[in-house]
Amino acid sequence: MVPAHQSWLDMNERPRKTRTQVFTRKLDAFFLDIYSIGQFTGRFFREAFRPPFEWKEVIRQFYMVGYKSLALVSVTSFVTGIVFTKQSRPSLAEFGATSWLPSLVAIAIIRALAPLVTALIAAGKVGSNIGAELGSMRVTEQIDAMEVSAVNPFRYLVVTRVLATTCMLPLLMLYMAVIALLGAYLNVHNNEQTSLAAFFQNAFEQISFLDIFSSSFKSLLFGFTIGIIGCYKGYYTTQGTQGVGKAANSAVVISMFLIFIEEIIVVQVVNSFR
Amino acid sequence: MKKNNAHINKDNTVVAIRNLYKSFGDNHVLRGIDLDIYQGENLVVLGRSGTGKSVLIKIIAGLLKPDSGTVTVLGQEVDQLATKELDALRLKIGFSFQHSALYDSMTVGENLAFPLQRHNRSLSADAVKKEVARVLEAVGLSKALHQLPSELSGGQRKRIGIARTLIMQPAIMLYDEPTAGLDPITSMDINNLINEVQESYHTSSVIITHDLTCAKSTGDRIAVLLDGQFLQTGSFEEAVENSTNEQVKSFYDYNFID
Repeated sequence: MVPAHQSWLDMNERPRKTRTQVFTRKLDAFFLDIYSIGQFTGRFFREAFRPPFEWKEVIRQFYMVGYKSLALVSVTSFVTGIVFTKQSRPSLAEFGATSWLPSLVAIAIIRALAPLVTALIAAGKVGSNIGAELGSMRVTEQIDAMEVSAVNPFRYLVVTRVLATTCMLPLLMLYMAVIALLGAYLNVHNNEQTSLAAFFQNAFEQISFLDIFSSSFKSLLFGFTIGIIGCYKGYYTTQGTQGVGKAANSAVVISMFLIFIEEIIVVQVVNSFR
Repeated sequence: MKKNNAHINKDNTVVAIRNLYKSFGDNHVLRGIDLDIYQGENLVVLGRSGTGKSVLIKIIAGLLKPDSGTVTVLGQEVDQLATKELDALRLKIGFSFQHSALYDSMTVGENLAFPLQRHNRSLSADAVKKEVARVLEAVGLSKALHQLPSELSGGQRKRIGIARTLIMQPAIMLYDEPTAGLDPITSMDINNLINEVQESYHTSSVIITHDLTCAKSTGDRIAVLLDGQFLQTGSFEEAVENSTNEQVKSFYDYNFID
């Protein structure tokens, strides 16, 4: 056996890696990660439509992802609606166009804010939760325990969670849009004494089916991304409890990064249809 | 107490390991090991931490793939099986994990019902309840039905972990460090439970441990694993107590045993 002090000396004598070597290694790891996520996604589609289905667990995950996020989404959307309206008023007032406020707020909320803010909230709350939960199940051998009892852990843990995030995000987005518009209405009502009916009529004049469809589609995509990345990071956690923290953290960071990229792509595509 | 070996059928090998190698990078964990486990036998794999004991049973259960060599379980070569065949084989194998690996989000009852409900979907809720009650009674924890794993002691968690495997009535039991982290009295309870499982369920078992008391109490045969190879195989007296091998002797001398 090699004495402890000898291996310590060996470590000091090891040649230090150059910046290029470090960069190449990180680049390799990045592309390998992308490849593995692709494989993981492929496996999701293979497993998701094959019986037996874990309906009970899917419904439990709907509850965990959807219902358990309602409080945070409510507060955030209500505040967003009020603040956005309050901040937009002075600019519109300069041109005497405060009557356009409901339309402006509705367009901003439905086209951009609701899908994006809901996704970022879900990436932080749900994505990190999935990463940490599956990560701790991996390091405490609970996933191995499922496998040796001939239960498919991918189907039970991954498919159910990804379905839940994918289905719940569009619903949360629509909920967020409604609450944010209510927040906006309160602010408009306090300043311009507009009625609820007049506010919503004005607000929806500029909203088309394409706006609601594209936002719902974006939310579906964001939900799928959050589910896949959270599950991927958690499912392949290594390095014990430290790895669980890393899995939760990287699930949030990578999800948010991908959400922004997807947002830019979808906006470009949708604008080409306008 | 000397164990009665009459229940062992040496004509029927349930697990056959041949020339098995497994490495993780430069770390050569298993270096060409051969081993047979007979029907009805409790075989203890004894060795220091980090000698590849857990890797060995993970290969037997198909959780890890060997680099080379073969592992045949109940006549089937494990790493050659397709997923469906491997799942069918795994129903005959019970795996008791070192840290029990109970599902944190489920109660004890749900933990036990989990594999049963998935493999017998036609089973009524009452039948599942009866089975759960039966295995809970077998491990002496009938009152723990509605408790969460976090509310159980280490020894109770081990018992529930064993009960979860027993509910599928396995032919082979794999125990990974069953007494690790337990006090001597609880350890002895777990040792007795392992022997009771062998008698009541007629299982063949592989028990991975570094605990000499556990090895002596539960093992019909001991295989001493050091540096990725079996140094000695035989009864506790032959393989450990009266061993002439220096490494085995020093391992024995450093341990307290009754």
